[in-house]
Amino acid sequence: MDKQLLLGAEAVALAAIDAGISGIYAYPGTPSTEITEFIQKSEEAQKLNIRSNWSANEKTAYESALGMSYAGKRSMVCMKHVGLNVAADAFINSAVTGVNGGLVLVVADDPSMHSSQNEQDSRFYGKFAFVPVLEPSNQQEAYDAVLYSFELSEKVKLPVLLRIVTRLSHSRSVVERKLKRTQNALQPENEKRKWILLPANARRQYVNLLNIQKDLAELSEQSIFNKVINGTGNKGIIAFGLSFNYVMEAREKYQLDIPVLKISQYPLPEKAVKEFLSKYSEILIVEEGYPIYEEILKGFPQNEKIKGRLDGTLPRTGELNPDYLAKALGVKTSPEKKIPEIVSPRPPELCKGCSHRDLYEALNIVMKEYNSNHVFSDIGCYTLGALPPYETISTCVDMGASVTMAKGASDAGIHPAVAVIGDSTFTHSGITGLLDAVNDKSSVTIIISDNSTTAMTGGQDSAGIDKLQNICKGIGVEEDHIRTIIPLKNNLAENIKIIKDEFEYKGVSVIIASRDCIQTARRNKKKQDKQ
Amino acid sequence: MNKNIILAGVGGQGILTIAAIIDLAAMNLGLKVKQAEVHGMSQRGGAVESHLRISDKEIFSDLIPKGEADLILSVEPMESLRYIPFLSKKGIIVTSVDPFINITPYPDLQNVLNEIKKNPENILVDAEKPAREAGSVKASNIVMLGAASPFTGIEKEELEKAIEKLFLPKGNETVQINLRAFNAGLNITKQLRK
Ligand SMILES: Cc1ncc(C[n+]2csc(CCOP(=O)(O)OP(=O)(O)O)c2C)c(N)n1
Repeated sequence: MDKQLLLGAEAVALAAIDAGISGIYAYPGTPSTEITEFIQKSEEAQKLNIRSNWSANEKTAYESALGMSYAGKRSMVCMKHVGLNVAADAFINSAVTGVNGGLVLVVADDPSMHSSQNEQDSRFYGKFAFVPVLEPSNQQEAYDAVLYSFELSEKVKLPVLLRIVTRLSHSRSVVERKLKRTQNALQPENEKRKWILLPANARRQYVNLLNIQKDLAELSEQSIFNKVINGTGNKGIIAFGLSFNYVMEAREKYQLDIPVLKISQYPLPEKAVKEFLSKYSEILIVEEGYPIYEEILKGFPQNEKIKGRLDGTLPRTGELNPDYLAKALGVKTSPEKKIPEIVSPRPPELCKGCSHRDLYEALNIVMKEYNSNHVFSDIGCYTLGALPPYETISTCVDMGASVTMAKGASDAGIHPAVAVIGDSTFTHSGITGLLDAVNDKSSVTIIISDNSTTAMTGGQDSAGIDKLQNICKGIGVEEDHIRTIIPLKNNLAENIKIIKDEFEYKGVSVIIASRDCIQTARRNKKKQDKQ
Repeated sequence: MNKNIILAGVGGQGILTIAAIIDLAAMNLGLKVKQAEVHGMSQRGGAVESHLRISDKEIFSDLIPKGEADLILSVEPMESLRYIPFLSKKGIIVTSVDPFINITPYPDLQNVLNEIKKNPENILVDAEKPAREAGSVKASNIVMLGAASPFTGIEKEELEKAIEKLFLPKGNETVQINLRAFNAGLNITKQLRK
């Protein structure tokens, strides 16, 4: 079949179409966004009626995918690693219920935090939930692993977690299509005891889940994604997922005939690992992420022959690369050239003409009058307000935290208690926090910097367009204190006054600072000109 | 055949378009390709890079090892220097001399150029003028691709075919502008290397 140049993310998406999914559910998040975007743009997917609109957050996405699986059809759900924290409740419990139609959860981790708050490793979640995990090492394997994961999911009646990382998701290579499968027919689940997690049912389901673990491990033993590369000598390497590439790069380049056990399917194929461990006197464990399996294999008391991230043979944090591997394998490389001193850092910045800029300019002036510098904020382009020239914001923790942290700080006595949150972040996780503030009659000012898009991740549709005012009204914010400003230079004086007025109001107020993202505005204009 | 290329620039300057053209040409030749790119946070006017690897043998790592790049192709002078640790001993820097100034202070341009010239192999290109002459300043990145094309290991004709294919959805006019830009860049290098 045809060959295409695809990002790892796109290879996942193409395979999902070929595996016969009926829907993909996702909330954007780097480096996972391109999976869903590929399906949204695919004419083939449109013809097949694959639903693909964005969800409000990762939890709603996961639950919708689970509902589709309950109905007997195949579904995929995608998110970035921290998104799984939001969807974790649904995910963990869906391992207890099990699935009907195949359900594959794709989580894109971001070692080195290229665009993230942390570098948590989703394989932990897979283990925690007792579900099979696939960790492809390259683009073709990503495609193959998706096809396989859907089969596996329907065979063992469990969700399957497919873990990718930035360096796979955002790297392009040639991928070959292998099959096209038709979608499942509507065939809803009738086994209620499985799906109603009342304690009596849940206990039985949980035992079943534990009992099936040995079968899952057996599947890993036989998996085509796990293999041994033979070699000689008394040292061996166990390479997990994408790290296999760096191992093989060093192995080929320096002509090291070192044996390698590659693992891309979990739970751990225990027999294969045991056999490999017993053969060699020193084992390097290479994981692109946390040293999860290194810690397990090292055990307690510690097995000294296990080397890796924990003993400093490899760096404890961050993404791996071929150079770290060469060093860990004791290869002498020529001294590295330094970056010339003349090179300055070039951090990202808010675009010229961005609405967040005008908001921060006004807000900075007001904050100065209060002699306070505490502005609770959130995640999105507006987080760049942390950097010069604005340096307005004080926090960025997790999506939605600005609202509730401002509330807690207000409870503690901070005045003004201000939150700055984006429109997409607000609908993702800000609404429930605002309800708390309303019910508690907290003295907070919530500024929704509404650019009518999810800009940070590339301008996806935002769930709350034209609804923000009514949402705030609906959950009980007084109408007089839902204010709208247009963040433009010309409105600076007026905007300052409105912000000040609302700071002085002892209750919940919301300021919607509304102006289209200039990137999407530009794109929309281009589209219009074309028509 | 084995080429490691670092593409460098600032978010929005079109290095991913350059990558897409080389990728496509390499795939059409039946070569193996791996090309790691940057999305998300760093795109907002920040430094961006792409590691592009082409080979007739299997490529493992998506990232180029340090000291292994045959070519740094940069659309911005200071950015070409950021990736010096990746350049091999015999590697060449092909860079635009037009600075993208969104930081203060931007280092003295002459000093930046002098630093680039310390690398024995370098080609400095004033990409804006030929791009404008070809029909659009936006084609500066393609001028740079043309200037670097003799070092990519891929024939001019194959790159031209890829340019045609990639820009065709934007109309024949755009295709012609970019082909002119490509050849203008290539001629600059030919003149310098006579
Ligand atoms: C739980 C979680 N999901 C997704 C992301 C990725 N993410 C960071 S910012 C952002 C979009 C924010 O959009 P919006 O609030 O509208 O702000 P804008 O970027 O448009 O200014 C997303 C999806 C994340 N960091 N955490």
